[in-house]
Amino acid sequence: MLAQEVGMSSDNDKSVARRNFLRTSLSLIPAVTLSGSVLATGDTDAKRNPSSETPADARPYQPTFFKPLEWAFLLAACDRLIPADDIGPGALESGVPEFIDRHMQTPYASGDIWYRQGPFIDSLSEFGYQGRLALREIIQIGIAAIEKYCLAEFSGKRFSDLTAEQQTDILKAAEGGKLELEDISAKLFFSQLLAETRNGYFSDPLHGGNKNMGAWKMIGYPGMRADYLDWVGVRDRAYPLPPVDLSGKRG
Amino acid sequence: MATIKKKVDAVIVGMGWTGAIMAKRLTDEGLHVVALERGPDRDTQPDFAYPRVVDELEGSVHRRFLQSLGQETFTIRHGINDTAVPFRQMGSFKPGTGVGGAGAHWSGCHFRPLPEDMNFRSSMAERYGSKFIPDDMTIQDFPVSYKELEPYLDHYEYVCGTSGKAGVINGVVQQGGNPFEGSRSREYPLGANADYLGAEMFHKAAREMGYHSYPIPASNASGPYVNPYGCQLGPCNFCGFCSDYGCLNYSKASPNACILPVLRQRKNFELRTHAHVLKVNLDDEGKQATGVTYLDAEGREVEQPADIVLLCAFSLFNVQLMLLSGIGKPYNPETGEGTVGKNYSYQNLNRVVLFFNKDVQANGFMGIGGGGATFDDLNGKQLDNAAAGFVGGGIIWARQPGAGPVRGIPVPSGTPAWGSDWKRAVADSFRHTFYFEVQGACMSYRQHYLDLDPQYRDAFGRPLLRMTFDWHNNEIKASQFLVDKALQMSRVLNPRAMTGESKKEGARYNATQYQSTHTCGGAIMGDSPSNSALNRYLQSWDVANVFAIGANAFPQNNGYNPTGLVGGLAYWAADAICKQYLKNPGPLVQA
Repeated sequence: MLAQEVGMSSDNDKSVARRNFLRTSLSLIPAVTLSGSVLATGDTDAKRNPSSETPADARPYQPTFFKPLEWAFLLAACDRLIPADDIGPGALESGVPEFIDRHMQTPYASGDIWYRQGPFIDSLSEFGYQGRLALREIIQIGIAAIEKYCLAEFSGKRFSDLTAEQQTDILKAAEGGKLELEDISAKLFFSQLLAETRNGYFSDPLHGGNKNMGAWKMIGYPGMRADYLDWVGVRDRAYPLPPVDLSGKRG
Repeated sequence: MATIKKKVDAVIVGMGWTGAIMAKRLTDEGLHVVALERGPDRDTQPDFAYPRVVDELEGSVHRRFLQSLGQETFTIRHGINDTAVPFRQMGSFKPGTGVGGAGAHWSGCHFRPLPEDMNFRSSMAERYGSKFIPDDMTIQDFPVSYKELEPYLDHYEYVCGTSGKAGVINGVVQQGGNPFEGSRSREYPLGANADYLGAEMFHKAAREMGYHSYPIPASNASGPYVNPYGCQLGPCNFCGFCSDYGCLNYSKASPNACILPVLRQRKNFELRTHAHVLKVNLDDEGKQATGVTYLDAEGREVEQPADIVLLCAFSLFNVQLMLLSGIGKPYNPETGEGTVGKNYSYQNLNRVVLFFNKDVQANGFMGIGGGGATFDDLNGKQLDNAAAGFVGGGIIWARQPGAGPVRGIPVPSGTPAWGSDWKRAVADSFRHTFYFEVQGACMSYRQHYLDLDPQYRDAFGRPLLRMTFDWHNNEIKASQFLVDKALQMSRVLNPRAMTGESKKEGARYNATQYQSTHTCGGAIMGDSPSNSALNRYLQSWDVANVFAIGANAFPQNNGYNPTGLVGGLAYWAADAICKQYLKNPGPLVQA
């Protein structure tokens, strides 16, 4: 469903979108069971494959904040920022884009806890962001600006159409402040996108990311146990219990 | 047209530590007290209840227990000729709001000052001559001695169930405590908390360096405890959610757990939440406060007349309220005249992170806010300031208030911030990392002060408080000296990697990175109306029925966390009000 939408929107190149879809899916192999069709197995693949029979709660997440083109960017960027590898789960199978989509709709992302009155004066970086944009505007305007940059620099291609290497280069340039974007500082956008990606990767599954507490298992975090009096004196063994989340689910 | 409430004996602005302390003592005396808190009511149940309280996204990203900056904040600039800009997002310090204030989301480090911290300027001048103190360094003595404060510092520790090991009791040095501390009248109410591995390692490194390490005094209960008010605390379980969080466990001392259970039952105490105080009202001559004006939850203006007005908001807001209300003369950094806003200071904090191999079970997710280990060999008069080349000392400590991945996972320098290399580094580091911190004193300077911003306003139309602050060479040198010692200590432990930097020459104050909520000064106590806004009882020199209780009273900040001294000063002031002021309302010190 999603891949089709992306395919339709990047009108002239359905095959590229399809190839990206496969690449992204295939990069997830270590996390899923390799039986039968690769694309029909596992929770994450089910998200991308509307034809597979999936239980209701495993249906693909439908973004309600991001528009399809933004969503395609987000999936590609999150996959670069936290790729799936032998160390631990990637951002996509962890549900990080879902987290971000949901998080953009909180008062936090609309800037409720930030002082947002003008005048907005350029100042030293030591005083922090002094612009008028709230987090969700930074993210949306930043995505649009990068897409615009890609269209111009890569003969009409979108970010999600580029190779992983090209995407990585763009993100690195944004991180280092070397990417000139219209409307927004690439560095500001990148720092917020990375922070949101990490938040989604590591925060409680309640918020939509960190599916199956995979990120916690990767680092050995016991999650919300919040009770270690009996372990504080132990020196010779690693803490033995797997994580538990806010809903009481054990990892 | 404001609604006018019935007059009360005392109105308290803010229900954090100092507000709760003042309310307790004044209601003990039978006074009718109204407390106005701008935020919501909060209590262990339901606000800090497990498991929802330990949601890191809500606690450390949404900052649900901290002040929202949406309605009011500060502006900041480095120098008196710069244009200040707003502190738009929470960064270097974290004021609280709601019942409990910052006393609900603090960590629990509960130090007393050293005796020489209280007569700081004289002590420096005696040891090195007054020329050792730079001309623009406006440090002063506190107008009250450690000895005078001792009973109040002691009482506050017993209210909090502070866990620690005394170093000197009635002049006799005790094994295992801080041999350099001021003499105390008795042991801590509870013994020190158990050491986690990083604290053990700190003690080991300190011993090898010849330092006298001791357990950080922690208001995180090490065992079951009933305080003098009958409030109960249970043993801390190292949950790892102190700083930024309310305590789920009735273990971390807070106004909510240690004082409010008593206040809430009192008929002569009334707590009004969502009551945002706009200003203190003065009589026509400006010599007497008549009460305060606040906005209620619906934004209606209400006037609360009172005989005594106690400013017990976060230190910065106490100063702002004084400036907004015309209490005392605003400080002018050009002429040195005026006292309100004078001597703003902060804290000089730097961190060293030690990374170990996977066989070292650091378990940073286990945490106890105030627990850990420290020493005073480089603080107070133990430090040879002439040799070190700066004024003021500091402490080095190992502390582990609890690490969760949303709060950030330190990785060795050179690690990329994302991608597979970053993943490998966070997976390798998370359970095998400690940090040591250097917490240094921060001096006050002629050009560091607080006033009202000429440009920015809060949601109620009032000028924001403007902070003019930057690092001085003295603090940069102190940071370099102390961080160097911390690095030497760390090398003793032979970690696989270390990160940690002192402030470089020319370092500017960075308001975006959390350093410490220990903002001090601005309405300081002193021995004369010419050098201070408050007298030794924290009473305004200018408006005798206004008291401003908090770290705003510090003429400079010492090497410790301020809360222990803030609580001690609150009890000291409360005692003066009850024993002296009520009998004879008026100035407690003749100018």
